[in-house]
Amino acid sequence: MTLALQTFSTVKDANMALQAAGTRYLGGGTLVVRAANEGDVSVSSLVRVTEPSLSAIAVSGGETRLGASVTMAAIARHPELAALAPAARAVGGPAIRNMATVGGNLFAPAPYGDFTVAMLALDAIVVTEDGQVPIQTFLAGRDASRAIVTGITFVLPRAESFRFLKVARVKPKGVSVLSIATLLQRAADGTVTSARIALGCMADRPMRARAAERALLGCRLTAEEIAPALAVAGEGTSPITDPIASAWYRNEVLPVHLGRLLLA
Amino acid sequence: MAKVPVQFTLNGSEKAEFVDSGTTLLHALRDKIGDTSPKGGCHQGTCGACSVIIDGELRLSCLTLAETCNGADIRTTSGLAEAGVLHPLQRAFLDAFATQCGFCTPGMIMAAKVLLDHTANPSREEVVEALSGNICRCTGYEPIIQAVLTAARANSQNAA
Ligand SMILES: Cc1cc2nc3c(=O)[nH]c(=O)nc-3n(C[C@H](O)[C@H](O)[C@H](O)COP(=O)(O)OP(=O)(O)OC[C@H]3O[C@@H](n4cnc5c(N)ncnc54)[C@H](O)[C@@H]3O)c2cc1C
Ligand code: FES
Ligand code: FES
Repeated sequence: MTLALQTFSTVKDANMALQAAGTRYLGGGTLVVRAANEGDVSVSSLVRVTEPSLSAIAVSGGETRLGASVTMAAIARHPELAALAPAARAVGGPAIRNMATVGGNLFAPAPYGDFTVAMLALDAIVVTEDGQVPIQTFLAGRDASRAIVTGITFVLPRAESFRFLKVARVKPKGVSVLSIATLLQRAADGTVTSARIALGCMADRPMRARAAERALLGCRLTAEEIAPALAVAGEGTSPITDPIASAWYRNEVLPVHLGRLLLA
Repeated sequence: MAKVPVQFTLNGSEKAEFVDSGTTLLHALRDKIGDTSPKGGCHQGTCGACSVIIDGELRLSCLTLAETCNGADIRTTSGLAEAGVLHPLQRAFLDAFATQCGFCTPGMIMAAKVLLDHTANPSREEVVEALSGNICRCTGYEPIIQAVLTAARANSQNAA
């Protein structure tokens, strides 16, 4: 099975070519070339873009923009993106991180998509030539999406408000049992004034733990006060079952790991 | 299927080939150019046996399309020995029994090489992390970790 690769210098031209049947965008290729190697005949043609802006990282004040072709390795070593380094480093081994892109991670099905879990907790905005959509809307519609993602923007979190955890069995680089990212704002007395919690592997794509977010408001981060939030952490989840873990197991351990992350 | 030209530097020498569009770099290196040091273990990105160094970065040649490497500087394990003298990493792998069937070895050595290129004296944790995308079914990993640490020490003694 052979693939035809078309290279374009602008996103506009590539977007046109992408409308043809059987055509997919080529990011780092860690999922799409793998699929072709495995005999996925639904992909007959790949399109890529060499526009340099796709590989740019811009941080000004807290406003951050990552081009869609930025790799996990580039994020992990960027001095201003230290808060995101744990999430970028959670993706695969060193060679995968040199190839895996931000754009590709937005499309990665569970058990993948660890970096996107972090982006969901930050309520990032996904950018295409047609405009900008909140990440949650993007994720809900991604299966039907035909437009090239050009980048993602978000407000860089202060290190103390953002936490990320990937739970894997094989250390240091296993596939996720689950991953969790939290963004918490707290008042001077330590009570939570706003909470966003994103979960990976708890559905076919990253999702928010809305019930737990609501239950955390007004709580201090003590075992007693977070207990009601942990009790509802599994609301709305429908985890995947794969060789790493069953759906039942993922639901059982989610409150345990969320609790550890909140109390860390 | 139309053939496309690819042109890159492999271990310091210029290579040019015509390949089918969509050919992986692994396939181009092994079956077109004749460098069989990168191995095809899984073709899924999972085993690391196909690891090569492209423009100074570790990459998986099974998931890289050859056409995307035009103008690149590609390094493989077959280019490491100089004038018949093994590279310190190759020497250390042999001395430490870090290679048994040998299938994982060229990928392990590429992963170790990029680590040592950037980190002269890596810790054990750094070695484990650097090799974390490479699977070995024979050695149990310990001799490989020891070989990389030994090669790092040999390098820094030579530099001193
Ligand atoms: C061995 C191995 C281990 C892995 N481990 C992890 C892990 O631990 N965590 C994790 O999250 N992932 C993991 N992955 C999955 C994958 O490497 C990452 O999710 C990666 O970020 C995907 O990005 P890519 O650029 O390689 O995607 P590609 O394979 O290039 O693309 C994936 C899909 O997204 C589409 N796409 C890509 N970029 C764009 C764009 N800009 N616009 C529109 N569509 C686009 C493609 O058309 C394709 O359908 C692993 C993969 C392998 C092979
Ligand atoms: S053959 Fe490329 S990672 Fe296994
Ligand atoms: S020596 Fe046989 S796989 Fe590593």
